[in-house]
Amino acid sequence: MKSFTYERANSPTEAAAAAARIKGAKFIAGGTNLLDLMKLQIETPMHLIDVNSLALDKIEATPEGGLRIGALVRNTDLAADERVRRDYGLLSRALLAGASGQLRNKATTAGNLLQRTRCPYFYDTNQPCNKRQPGSGCSAIGGFSRQHAVIGSSEACIATHPSDMAIAMRALDALVETVRPDGTTRNIPVAEFHSLPGDTPHIETTLTPGELITAVTLPKPIGGKHIYRKVRDRASYAFALVSVGAIVQPDGTGRVAVGGVAHKPWRSEAAESDLPKGAKAVTEQLLAGARPTSDNAFKVTLVERTLGAVLDEARS
Amino acid sequence: MKFETPATTNPIDQLKVVGKPTMRIDGSLKTTGTAPYAYERYDVASNQAYGYVVGAAIAKGRIKSINLAAAKAAPGVLAIVTAENAGKLGKGKFNTAKLLGGPEIQHYHQAVAVVVAETFEQARDAAQLVEIDYAREKGFFDLAGARELAKKPEKGKPDSAAGDFASGFSSAQVKLDETYTTPDHAHAMMEPHASIAVWDGDKLNLWTSNQMIDWGKGDLALTLGIDKENVRLISPFIGGGFGGKLFLRSDALLAALGARAAKRPVKVSLPRPLMFNNTTHRPATIQRIRIGANTDGKITAIAHESWSGDLPEGGPETAVNQTRLLYSGADRMTATRLAVLDLPEGNAMRAPGEAPGTMALEIAMDEMAEKLGLDPVEFRIRNDTQVDPEKPERPFSQRQLIECLRIGADRFGWRIRNSQPGKTRDGPWLVGMGVAAAFRDNLVMKSGARVRLDNRGVVTVETDMTDIGTGSYTIIAQTAAEMMGLPLHKVEVRLGDSAFPVSAGSGGQWGANSSTAGVYAACVKLREAVTQKLGFNSADAVFEDGEVRSGNRSASLAEAAGDGLVAEDLMEYGDLDKKYQQSTFGAHFVEVGVDASTAEIRVRRMLAVCAAGRILNPQTARSQVIGAMTMGVGAALMEELAVDKRLGFFVNHDLAGYEVPVHADIPHQEVVFLDETDPISSPMKAKGVGELGICGVGAAVANAIYNATGVRVRNYPITLDKLLERLPEASG
Ligand SMILES: Cc1cc2nc3c(=O)[nH]c(=O)nc-3n(C[C@H](O)[C@H](O)[C@H](O)COP(=O)(O)OP(=O)(O)OC[C@H]3O[C@@H](n4cnc5c(N)ncnc54)[C@H](O)[C@@H]3O)c2cc1C
Ligand code: SF4
Repeated sequence: MKSFTYERANSPTEAAAAAARIKGAKFIAGGTNLLDLMKLQIETPMHLIDVNSLALDKIEATPEGGLRIGALVRNTDLAADERVRRDYGLLSRALLAGASGQLRNKATTAGNLLQRTRCPYFYDTNQPCNKRQPGSGCSAIGGFSRQHAVIGSSEACIATHPSDMAIAMRALDALVETVRPDGTTRNIPVAEFHSLPGDTPHIETTLTPGELITAVTLPKPIGGKHIYRKVRDRASYAFALVSVGAIVQPDGTGRVAVGGVAHKPWRSEAAESDLPKGAKAVTEQLLAGARPTSDNAFKVTLVERTLGAVLDEARS
Repeated sequence: MKFETPATTNPIDQLKVVGKPTMRIDGSLKTTGTAPYAYERYDVASNQAYGYVVGAAIAKGRIKSINLAAAKAAPGVLAIVTAENAGKLGKGKFNTAKLLGGPEIQHYHQAVAVVVAETFEQARDAAQLVEIDYAREKGFFDLAGARELAKKPEKGKPDSAAGDFASGFSSAQVKLDETYTTPDHAHAMMEPHASIAVWDGDKLNLWTSNQMIDWGKGDLALTLGIDKENVRLISPFIGGGFGGKLFLRSDALLAALGARAAKRPVKVSLPRPLMFNNTTHRPATIQRIRIGANTDGKITAIAHESWSGDLPEGGPETAVNQTRLLYSGADRMTATRLAVLDLPEGNAMRAPGEAPGTMALEIAMDEMAEKLGLDPVEFRIRNDTQVDPEKPERPFSQRQLIECLRIGADRFGWRIRNSQPGKTRDGPWLVGMGVAAAFRDNLVMKSGARVRLDNRGVVTVETDMTDIGTGSYTIIAQTAAEMMGLPLHKVEVRLGDSAFPVSAGSGGQWGANSSTAGVYAACVKLREAVTQKLGFNSADAVFEDGEVRSGNRSASLAEAAGDGLVAEDLMEYGDLDKKYQQSTFGAHFVEVGVDASTAEIRVRRMLAVCAAGRILNPQTARSQVIGAMTMGVGAALMEELAVDKRLGFFVNHDLAGYEVPVHADIPHQEVVFLDETDPISSPMKAKGVGELGICGVGAAVANAIYNATGVRVRNYPITLDKLLERLPEASG
């Protein structure tokens, strides 16, 4: 770990301004991802801005009938919230499928969206990795890539985004609310929040320097059956091989977002329109153009079969 | 004391303390967090500095240059030791690769430097500033690719044969010829390797975490080039080892070197991401098994060949051993071949040989039973042998495999198993049951102990035996209590210090029987000392309720002790293990569910029935077996060190990437011990269970998966991707 300076932010705007002003500054929330990466010197911030004292830990109803989730709401609290469990069951289930109880107690809504990949080469500072060290190469391509992306990847990076929560947020059409160093705010649809790796896999979101997440807003509930199915080798405490988050309406229409397959939550509104036709039809479109590695080609089949099981469950 | 003839009746047979389910006497230290583990020994020396290990960034090659300037200038840095400035170092008898590498690099994350600083954070930061320029060399990292180059190892007994396998197999009515693979496994114990080194002139005291105190002491002295008598190792508590702490490792050497350079006590712990490539692991195997049988279900020919790899001068994984002994059949052969691989050093992990060997053999038996149309329990029973099949003049000392299988089948409800695979459904789950035999040799090792009786009537046992979480403290206390006629709380046990008599140590499941036999020997001497002191006739003296009685005389042990009595002895063994084959046996039964859509595999319930001599403490023995069953599930379903065959290292080198079972994976386990005593093994009549418990589990899981799905997977771990394409169409 590199030495760093530390401050507690007093207001969101000040935090954003400080982050833009101070070289090598980073926000810290629950710290469950950032601190691990700092210990391994994968992240080497020179200054930490602790956002924990900002009053961003409330879940409030919006005038539009949705929910505004403060950036600092802990994963445990979000999953347990009565309104979330009733109207956005997918979100609650996705959260509870992630990490462990202890981690969820610390992990925040914003931090979860911004957690970094679990590519093992990203974690080994001896190995080339374009995400960690732009231009150094990608060790995973041609290496051990069972966990990696099958779609949307590039010649520069085949990592996945590991968040379960983000899959639910994507299916729910959430908006990421931010404040910028100049005090202006904006709402970024979660669909546009995470980037594909392209030539710049180290750039993972559309956030601009210093921009602070203040909340994530969910639109009005849309009803339907909410199912999150996370598939992994062991029964708990593991990242998804693939995960399927679905909201299925009584008429068989609905929404599907898939995790474990790409650099961002993977959803295609066009593919979704085939939901009444079944899993095969949806998957063919959703994963059209997939370029899996020999280690992870199974993920394509797995998505289809998992979606099939989800649809079975939705119908039953 | 030398154990040369089968045990007759002795004080242990009273079973007043031994054999009773007994809570760990060190349990409260563990649950209250007060058991002192090596890295936390702030009490043993003031002014402790921190060492951080730098691991090699390449798998094979040389260090061209090291630049320490930036690291040396970093805040708090006290010293940096590399092979260049460490002075002349030897290599331990039990090490294959050097513990401090350079200029030659033998494997990835081989230690190349230790940075010593005032704080852990400073040491870790400075370690990143050590600049090393490497010259990479080509290495061999792929076992399948190196298989053709594998050779017959020079040491040990790589091959065996009896009868004429080739002709026996060719004339068999039913044949199986299949190849199985097991991957590299990590010990992944909770407590990382950790040591604190304190020099006192030319004497070195090392608080460490090591299963085999005397081996560690000897190899540390050898490596440092100092007199063995000048080294003291202290390791009273060990947070798991599974074989990963049998040997001197880099934490110990680098703590010693760091302390010498910094002229301060120095502590070193291996960070988790370094452990997988810096230390030893269980090597991967390729195993070919051929079985020939007649339609009556009798095996006529059996062959088992195994290939594994290791660094030059390393050893093979002896995966064929159980096949020499487990089933009958006149025509047989086994062969072990070793390839040179430049991956980290392979070495023992829980049940070396038999654990991966039974993973293959016991699938083969399941496949063969199916070919013969026989129930797999029945097929094994039909091929039981009460003698060493390669040397029929050697009987087994005890062998209750048939009983284990029968009792297990009965308790598990085996009769409801559908022998047609893929036919049992429970909602979304395809359900199946599997069985496998468990087999692990019983080894006996010389073991010493010292016992002191004081004027409180308390007996204190001292031995360098270790407790790696197994329950050694407790069974040793039980042994001394039984021998001296004392309640358990009148016995104190001190372990893991090289100042104490050399013991068997913890490994190869020999620890329990061998170390307690050593305590038995010392207690026999102490009993003699007591009776002699009291002038009692030792032949008819009875030690009971804290007293000694002989004829109409009696005295309390406290009185007898006077200023204190001390006795020391060791148990040595004659050639009973040559005349008899001593092994432990069991049967594993497993029920799994396989999700019909996703192929996720979840174990539903497990049963182990074990026949392993006298069970000294059913409670700690059960813990050993359920832990081993859990580890067996890991080997079956998820554990695999993923080799990067280009770069030459284990990629998933942390506990997020190297998955082991979590609680949710292990729903229900049951363990049954058969009532058995084995007078051939030692006066304790006990054997080991800690490794027996893992042998066969993987295959029982694999066979259950086959029964559930009809898909036979011969390459471990059996992950869902290996089933997915072969499952029936799913709906949706
Ligand atoms: C062992 C383990 C297992 C896990 N398993 C899972 C799993 O199965 N599924 C899963 O989804 N996740 C899993 N996780 C990841 C976990 O969900 C994340 O670590 C957690 O959500 C991060 O939240 P945090 O508040 O601790 O973030 P931090 O570590 O504090 O921050 C993460 C990043 O977000 C930035 N950040 C934080 N707050 C803001 C803000 N308001 N605005 C802008 N930037 C901000 C930080 O600068 C940092 O870059 C696991 C983690 C661990 C350690
Ligand atoms: S996949 Fe991405 S994160 Fe992994 S090594 Fe390649 S560039 Fe780095």
